[in-house]
Amino acid sequence: MQPTQQVSIPDVIQQIPLNYYLIFSTALFVIGIIGVLTRRNAIIIFMSIELMLNAVNMLLVAFSSYKSDSTGQVFVFFIMAVAAAEVSVGLAIIVMIYRNTRSIDIGALNKLKW
Amino acid sequence: MPICVSTYAVFDCMTPELLCILIPLLPLLGFIINGLGFRKVPASLVGPLAVAGPVLSFLAVLSLFSNFRAGGNQPLKATLFDWISVADLHINFAFQIDQLSLIMLLIVTGIGSLIHLYSIGYMKHDEGYGKFMAFLNLFLFFMLLLVMGSNFVIMFIGWEGVGLCSYLLIGFWNTNTSYNNAARKAFVMNRIGDLGFLLGIFLIFTTFGSVEYTEVFSAATGFAVGDKTVLAIALLLFVGAMGKSAQIPLFTWLPDAMAGPTPVSALIHAATMVTAGIYMVVRSNVLYTLAPQALEIMGGIAIATALLGATIGLMQNDIKKVLAYSTVSQLGYMFLGLSVAAYTGGMFHVLTHAFFKALLFLGAGSVIHAMSNEQDIRNMGGLRKYLPITFWTFLIGTIAIAGIPPFAGFFSKDEILAHVWEHNKLLWGLGILGSAMTSFYMFRLLFLTFFGEFRGTPEQKHHLHESPLSMTIPLMVLAVLSVVGGFLNVPHALGGHSMLAEFMAPLYEGSQQVNPSAFEGPTMGSSEELMLMAISAGVALLAAGVAYGMYVRSATVPAADSVPRSIPAQVVYNKFYIDEFYERLIVRPVRALGDGFYSFGEFVIDGVVGAVSWLVKTIAGQLRLVQNGSIGSYMFAMVLSIALIIALRFFVNWTTILAYLNF
Repeated sequence: MQPTQQVSIPDVIQQIPLNYYLIFSTALFVIGIIGVLTRRNAIIIFMSIELMLNAVNMLLVAFSSYKSDSTGQVFVFFIMAVAAAEVSVGLAIIVMIYRNTRSIDIGALNKLKW
Repeated sequence: MPICVSTYAVFDCMTPELLCILIPLLPLLGFIINGLGFRKVPASLVGPLAVAGPVLSFLAVLSLFSNFRAGGNQPLKATLFDWISVADLHINFAFQIDQLSLIMLLIVTGIGSLIHLYSIGYMKHDEGYGKFMAFLNLFLFFMLLLVMGSNFVIMFIGWEGVGLCSYLLIGFWNTNTSYNNAARKAFVMNRIGDLGFLLGIFLIFTTFGSVEYTEVFSAATGFAVGDKTVLAIALLLFVGAMGKSAQIPLFTWLPDAMAGPTPVSALIHAATMVTAGIYMVVRSNVLYTLAPQALEIMGGIAIATALLGATIGLMQNDIKKVLAYSTVSQLGYMFLGLSVAAYTGGMFHVLTHAFFKALLFLGAGSVIHAMSNEQDIRNMGGLRKYLPITFWTFLIGTIAIAGIPPFAGFFSKDEILAHVWEHNKLLWGLGILGSAMTSFYMFRLLFLTFFGEFRGTPEQKHHLHESPLSMTIPLMVLAVLSVVGGFLNVPHALGGHSMLAEFMAPLYEGSQQVNPSAFEGPTMGSSEELMLMAISAGVALLAAGVAYGMYVRSATVPAADSVPRSIPAQVVYNKFYIDEFYERLIVRPVRALGDGFYSFGEFVIDGVVGAVSWLVKTIAGQLRLVQNGSIGSYMFAMVLSIALIIALRFFVNWTTILAYLNF
């Protein structure tokens, strides 16, 4: 990058082709799904969910920048705020689960059925 | 007594309108206090509270009556409030006080008071004493509405109300199934009549545009005699009267109604409620005078009822059943009188019948009380020695109903029969036959109950006692009335002035206007009238003599039920199998129809509903297994579903598919 050339952030983003973002996001998202489906530790599942959320965020920012439309970035801020709230609630639930069952294995919580 | 006098003085100061409101209100208050406070009002207070209402009402009626006489017999109308006002329909809640309603008011409150007093003695030891008195008060309230109302709709309220009270009181001892059945029977049969009455009211409204008596009857005077609409109205109203006043074919409820306590039989099923039909016909006399065909039909039904009731009465062995069939028969006589336009005669018989039939029922109640609830006269006999007051009063009642001069029944029955004679000689002959039978079965009842040797068990004999004063005072008062009641309307042939007829004459002005020929004075001479009287009195005495010969001289006692009877006797003893006939002809088909509908509902409708709920339940039972509590599987399902949605959204070409399906 030339120091004389003032480059804006969208330009930086646009220096990488859009396909790369797509592939990267999809990879992150799939990793998240696999994590959710295969892991039994509640915290890891939680982290996987966050991974999926952020994969989507990444895509939104990329598209927004390529299309020069700020709506996508506004969306990302919203998602971050809501995700933060969701994480606090979710972690609180996990803490309570741990206090009650002395474990954060989701298999221990199978009493809630028919 | 001094209380009564001072209360009367208070009533005398009131305006007639206020009195009109008080008259039905006082028994209603009694009902509310005793009814709501049942089991809470102390037993010693129940009686006085219940009797106070009717007695005060009676005093108010007396005051109203003297006002009425003093005011020159001017009809009075007291409007309480505007009740129903819809489009063309305006119904005031108003009371009409005229000659007819005053006579009925005097009967209802006067005899009602006596019977309330009697009930204190009769029902004191019953568990439902307070409830009983409350129902009696309620009955009186509705009966007063019935006779005081100034239009057909208020009459209908009273009509239904007394039917309800009749139902409640017949089935008063409601632990006994057969009593409950009797109550239901009375209610259902009355409903059949009520339907006719209701249709009659509708037709009156569509024809005359009002249901107010004064307006309807003055409008009716513009119709010609024999008008078809008026005929239909008269017949429909008569169907109502048939139900309430126990005429063929709706009479079988009345004998069964004897299941109720005896004061009920006396008040409701002898003196007041069952005469409501006669009251209605007399009230609508203009309509009936306009419809001679309706009167013809009424006459046929009336004489048939009178004879049928009397015939069945000849062989009954239950003391109350005899009186019940006698009531049916006497009601037939009243309608017979009405059917020949002898409206005063009919009302006169209502009046005297109220005296002596209430007396007879109360006397029977006194006997039943003494006999520890025994009602079969075959197990009585010789009670004269043990129940002297009851015996003497019962004797007076018997003479009065048998039509032996100079007691009350003689005058009223003869007035009816004299009018019938002018109208139709055959009807008169049948009427005399019925009157002979009346005399026979009543003296048979008297002799079997009070004469000869006692035929009951030793325990019953030991228990025999005269009833308390609260029961014998009404008997004595009614006995006096049964003796002198007839003098209210002594015919001219016997040197009287026909006071009642003169008093009631203004009621028939409309009738006279529309059909003067029906009201021409007696065409027969005094000697002819005297001869008729002599015949009917002679026949009654003869029948009494025959009864004396059979049941006192030869001391015959009716055979036990198990003894075989000759076929005619068997038929009469079993009340002509009318109940069985109705059972076959109406009750069973209706029940079969009901059973059919019931099965339809039970199997078809319930089947469909049941199948749907079974299906939902079964599917849900399988589906809920999916909720297995394993979070992993939930998440797997979630991911799979999202994948499916995405696949359907992006990889399926819906446009092609929809086009292919021709959407």
